[in-house]
Formats: sequence, structure tokens, C-alpha cells
Amino acid sequence: MAEESILSIEKLRLSYGELEVLKGVDFDLAKSELAFLIGPSGSGKSSLLRCCNRLEEPSAGRVIVDGEEVTAPGVNLNQLRRRIGMVFQSFNLYPHLTALGNVTLALRKVLKKSRVEADDIACSVLERVGLKDKAGSYPNALSGGQQQRVAIARALALEPAIMLFDEPTSALDPELVNDVLAVMRELRETGMTMLVVSHEMGFARSAADRVAFMEDGVIVEQGSAEQIFGDPNCDRTRAFVRQIAH
Amino acid sequence: MSAWERFLDTFFNWAVITEYLPALGQGVLVTCQLAVAVVLTGLALGLGMALLRAYRFWAVNFVIVIFVDILRALPPLVLILILYFGLPNIGVTFSGFTVVWLVLSLVLAAFAEEIYWAGVLSVDQGQWLAARSTGLGFGQALIFVVLPQAMRMTIPPITNRTIAITKYTAIGMVVGVGEVLGQATTAQSFSGNASPLMAGALIYVALFLPLVVLSRWIEKRFAWRRA
Ligand SMILES: Nc1ncnc2c1ncn2[C@@H]1O[C@H](COP(=O)(O)OP(=O)(O)OP(=O)(O)O)[C@@H](O)[C@H]1O
Ligand SMILES: [Mg+2]
Repeated sequence: MAEESILSIEKLRLSYGELEVLKGVDFDLAKSELAFLIGPSGSGKSSLLRCCNRLEEPSAGRVIVDGEEVTAPGVNLNQLRRRIGMVFQSFNLYPHLTALGNVTLALRKVLKKSRVEADDIACSVLERVGLKDKAGSYPNALSGGQQQRVAIARALALEPAIMLFDEPTSALDPELVNDVLAVMRELRETGMTMLVVSHEMGFARSAADRVAFMEDGVIVEQGSAEQIFGDPNCDRTRAFVRQIAH
Repeated sequence: MSAWERFLDTFFNWAVITEYLPALGQGVLVTCQLAVAVVLTGLALGLGMALLRAYRFWAVNFVIVIFVDILRALPPLVLILILYFGLPNIGVTFSGFTVVWLVLSLVLAAFAEEIYWAGVLSVDQGQWLAARSTGLGFGQALIFVVLPQAMRMTIPPITNRTIAITKYTAIGMVVGVGEVLGQATTAQSFSGNASPLMAGALIYVALFLPLVVLSRWIEKRFAWRRA
């Protein structure tokens, strides 16, 4: 492979009890690449993301992030996880902590930074997502868009090798979506590797290097945004794309 | 003596009350000591069990659940009598104070454990995912992310339960603890007059009414915060 691979998923399988939701997924992401993952509800997109940092325990297959095998037994999972930024549909900010507190918690408890050092890092990351003046605000005093940007800052502060986004804008009012997408675009421009589950086709067209279509626990097809949205090879992809474009 | 005078003499005999006031004062001190000791021990123990339960060790949880259910089912008085009158037969003697402290602490711990555990369970799963995804360990996620939210949510029920159990310190009377009710009943039998009991009742109201008002305020405040 010519380019350095940051994320490599090999023959990944995951079951919840009897239900197999990932049925052998292969996927690669090169450094600074932005890939979109689309697919119908229940196809296993969130499950796939959660396997990347082993929030779900895959039953077979491998995940390698930035040269380290996440799925290896006995790996220092907590140190690995902080290298894998994750952003959730419902933000999941800690409601009892300020924006600053949300960002500094893992800096202090996982990276063992001093309070001063952690505050410094958090301030600069919050500035990066345009929320420096909200550092002292609690989540319930922030708009959805602001909360999601704090959540992005919380992940970014740990200097991840890759960022995983699980429908980062689908819980937002339409007028707030662009603030979050702007931050993601800035991340892309600074070379962050990103895997994004989202149906924001406009953003995918303008920013994604690649779009993968997932259905029923497998990646059915992948290609450029142009190709997947305009002229997919597979009928199922075509039907799905037509559906999300209304 | 008119009926009214007889009533006043029986329930509000000032001479009797002043005579036993020092003893009642002593009772207030004991009630407060007992209450504080029970609350501190009970809540700490309850919280400790709830945290332990979060680790989901099968055997440990089994023991906790059994302990909690038994203590919630048994009337505290039964346990107090067993410990106070039964243990000396096998050579173990505790003071009435110790027995009441122990039993009420365990009962409070049982209720507190259930309340805190329900609080831990009611914290959104996304909080765990977010915390773990940033590299926090299970214990760290529990202590720094989940527990503060659980504690906050459970302040109203914990306050109510705590007030209820501190009132229960009056049960110390039956095993000779010199708390307010104990002192009042002693005074009543010596004087043959119910006034010390009335004074005791007033003391309880003075001690607990502020707590009840406080709990009402806490409930309002937290309801408002949530909205
Ligand atoms: N914790 C769980 N326990 C059991 N089954 C689960 C669990 N999480 C997800 N599933 C099931 O696994 C399948 C895949 O779910 P997943 O959330 O990965 O899909 P998704 O593609 O992200 O869907 P959506 O677009 O609705 O978010 C679904 O059938 C879902 O019901
Ligand atoms: Mg999903």
C-alpha cells in the first residue's frame, strides 16, 4: 500500500447474542482521508464504529489503528482509545461539568496532565471549534450545535490519530448543522483522518474522499461521492441513495 | 380543678418540665449524636455497596441484594431487640446506643444502596460510551462521570429516607438509650405527669421540622433544575 494506513478493518464480525450485525467487514482508511459511511437503519454502522475502539467486542476479525492492533488480547485499551476520537449523535456531554471540564477530564485522568496544562490545552481546542467564550458554560446552557462542537473538542484535545463521527448532525436543528460541518471541514483541511456516518450528502460531495455503502452487516460498495451518489454499481445502493435524496 | 386546668396540669405542667429540662437537653445531645452517626455510616455504606454492585461480580451482587432485601423487609425494632437481648447470651454485649446505631445504619445503608444503584442505572448509556471512548477506565467513568449524575438525581429520595431514619432514633428508648424520647419517658414515669412527653414532642418538632422544610425545598429546587 502506497499511503500510510491509519485504520484497517479486516474480516470483522460482531454479534449481539444470536443476532449477527457485522458479517465480515473489510475497510481501510489512509492518513488524512475522509470517508463517509452510509446505509439503512440497522445496517450496523454504529456497531462498526464502536468496534473500532472496542466499545463493542467483535467476535472475529481485526482492527488496527495507527499501527496498533486494537483487537489484540492484553492491549492497553484505555491508552489506545484516547487515540481514537469519537463523536456521538446525542453529543453525550457530561451535564455536571462545564465545557472546559468536559474537555479536561480525560486530559487529567488519562493523560495525567496537571490542571493548568489541561486547562491550557482545552482552551486552545475550544478556540479551534469557536467556543472559547463558552468554556465556563454547562451543557444545558449551550445549543445543540455548540454542544456537539464541545464534544468534538473533547475528542480532539487527546490528539487522536483518527476521528469517528456517528451521525454528528442528525440530532441538530437544520440551522445549527453548518456550524458543526464547518468544524469538520476545518479538521479535514488540517489533515485529520475521519470516518463519518452521516447522510449529509452535500457535505459528502464536497468533502469526502470516499463513500462506502453498508447494508445488512457488510460493505456493499464504495467509491467517490460522485460515483456512489450519481452512478452506483449496485441496485441496492441506488435505491438507498434515491431514498435519502428524497 | 376544672377540666381545662386538669388538661394543662397533665400536659403542660411548667414546674415538671423545668425540673426535667436538663435531662431532656441531654437527650437532645444523644439524639443528635445518634442521628449524625447513623446518617454518616448508613450513606457511606450504601454508596459503597452501590459502587461495588456496578462492577457486577456475580457473587458479590448476590450477597448485596440479599442483605438489602432482608434489611428492607425486617422491622428495625426486631433487629434491635435481637442484638440487644440476644447477643449477651453468647457473650457479646453492646450498649443500647451501639445497637441502635448499628441497626439503623444498616437499614439506611440498604435503602441508600437501592436508591444510589437505581441512580447509577438511570444515567444514560451514552455517558459511559463517551467516557470510555476518551480512555477513562471503568472505575474512572463510574466515579467522575456516572456517580456525580446519579448522586444529583437521587438527592430528593436520599434526603427523605435520611430524615425518616433519623426520626427512628426514638426507638432507642426501648433499649435504654437516653435520647429525647428515652429521657422523656423516664421523666414521665418519675413525675407521673405527661408534660415531659409533650416537651419531647415539641423538641422533635423543633429538631425535624427544619429538616422536613429543607427536604421540601430540595425537592422543589431539583424539580425546577430538571425542567
Ligand atoms: N446493544 C445492542 N444489543 C443488541 N442489539 C443491538 C445493540 N445495538 C445495536 N443492536 C442491533 O444491531 C443492529 C445494528 O445496529 P446499529 O446501531 O449498528 O445500526 P445503524 O446502522 O447504526 O443504524 P441507525 O442508522 O439506526 O443508527 C440493529 O439490528 C440493532 O437493533
Ligand atoms: Mg447508528
